[in-house]
Amino acid sequence: MAFYEKLMGLDRRWVYLCVGIAVLIPFFIPFDVPVYTTPEVKAVYDFMESLKEGDVLFLAIDYDPNAMAELHPTATVMMRQAFSKNVKLVISALSQNGPGMAEQLIAQISKEYGKKSGVDYCYLGYKPYPGIVILAMGQNFRIPFPSDYYGVPLDSLPMMKNIKNYDDVKAVIDVTGTNAIDYWLVNGNARYKVKLAAAVTGVMAADYYPYLQSGQLFGLLSGLKGASEYEVLANQKGFAFSGMRIQTVAHIVVTLFIVIGNIGFFMARAGKRRS
Amino acid sequence: MRQQLPLAIILVIGVFMALQYFVPHESSEFVYEWSLDWVIIIGVFAMALGLWSMFVVHYTKIQKKSSGWGFSVIAILGLLYMLIAGGIWGIEEGTPFMDFFWYVYTPIQATMFALLAFYIASAAYRAFRVRTILSTILLVAALLLMFRLIPIGPLSGPIQELDRWILGVPNLAAKRAIIIGVGLGIVATAVKVVLGIERSYLGKD
Repeated sequence: MAFYEKLMGLDRRWVYLCVGIAVLIPFFIPFDVPVYTTPEVKAVYDFMESLKEGDVLFLAIDYDPNAMAELHPTATVMMRQAFSKNVKLVISALSQNGPGMAEQLIAQISKEYGKKSGVDYCYLGYKPYPGIVILAMGQNFRIPFPSDYYGVPLDSLPMMKNIKNYDDVKAVIDVTGTNAIDYWLVNGNARYKVKLAAAVTGVMAADYYPYLQSGQLFGLLSGLKGASEYEVLANQKGFAFSGMRIQTVAHIVVTLFIVIGNIGFFMARAGKRRS
Repeated sequence: MRQQLPLAIILVIGVFMALQYFVPHESSEFVYEWSLDWVIIIGVFAMALGLWSMFVVHYTKIQKKSSGWGFSVIAILGLLYMLIAGGIWGIEEGTPFMDFFWYVYTPIQATMFALLAFYIASAAYRAFRVRTILSTILLVAALLLMFRLIPIGPLSGPIQELDRWILGVPNLAAKRAIIIGVGLGIVATAVKVVLGIERSYLGKD
């Protein structure tokens, strides 16, 4: 069998093995990968830095465990940044498995900064049908969420006394691996003019650049890279920054496979012409 | 009557909701908020219906011992466990409900998603070929976007700029055309539903 035939008929298990090794080696051997900051990430960071003590930010945790590796670092660093500046948070989780993600973050980070539920943050929790919930929150947070995640009526929370709807929050930042961002754009931004930024998974990012250009999104974080940029800006290098070395090596391997595949393809074509 | 009543309700509510958007009066806002309450209530009922439907599907599979009925047993046990654990001990961090979520559900879902990396590598190796001009453009664009994540010294800066152009110009133009097309389609469908032209949601009868 000719070399190019072997190359073209390469068993997919070899590809799997190479990707597995490419992921495992940088996992065990730490090294830093330079991270370049993009304007769309810097815009979100600058906005967060501009918030003053007592300002209210709405953080939407709309992702499931499958997108956790890409989005949990973003949500973590943003929550830390907000709490460190004594910014109050209204938090929702509108994807089915989002409440678990948000609850874990809140439990961990509120403890780190000594923040209290109902005073420094209000966790609204989950309600089905994000489109309707986002629309209803534009009128009053109490329509879809008469009580918070822990069953405490919103009216009895000190923090929520003067907070009725999106008019009372500085912006909404949606950390999402689902189409919840579409509802935030249509029902939150377009209908109620709420200032909106998003952190989405890498594969979703290209879909949301039109909204960035139109100004409907004032910032956009794309997957693990966006998270790592944010960690660098916030000087909180963590999971995303270290994860970038694994993602980088994996991308190099995929690129090499594409190149090898094309070399095999051209050699096969030349072989056919000769014969 | 079975057809006319739902059509009349859709027409009245559809026209009202469309007009309400342009009337910022207090009474209009009140009716809007009231209708949002109703939508949420109907949505919760739909969820309960889905839960019941899921239970019936899996129960029937177990009863008939259809292929893969063992998975249905696990599905029903998982459903019952989460309902009971959440109902008794609550859904906060550290409860049996959340333990199950973190130590069973999360690793399963994360593993499924992580497997994509292997499939993508294999698919890229087989599919990304320089066969035609269009496939070459696709390949070059894909490689450039992947290079965005790979530090390649002094070339990284220009590649970042080039990628921003790809995302901000050709990608944006194509996406915007699709979004506007979809938006017009949604408006057309909504008008057809409100006017009773589109009736498939009523079923066959």
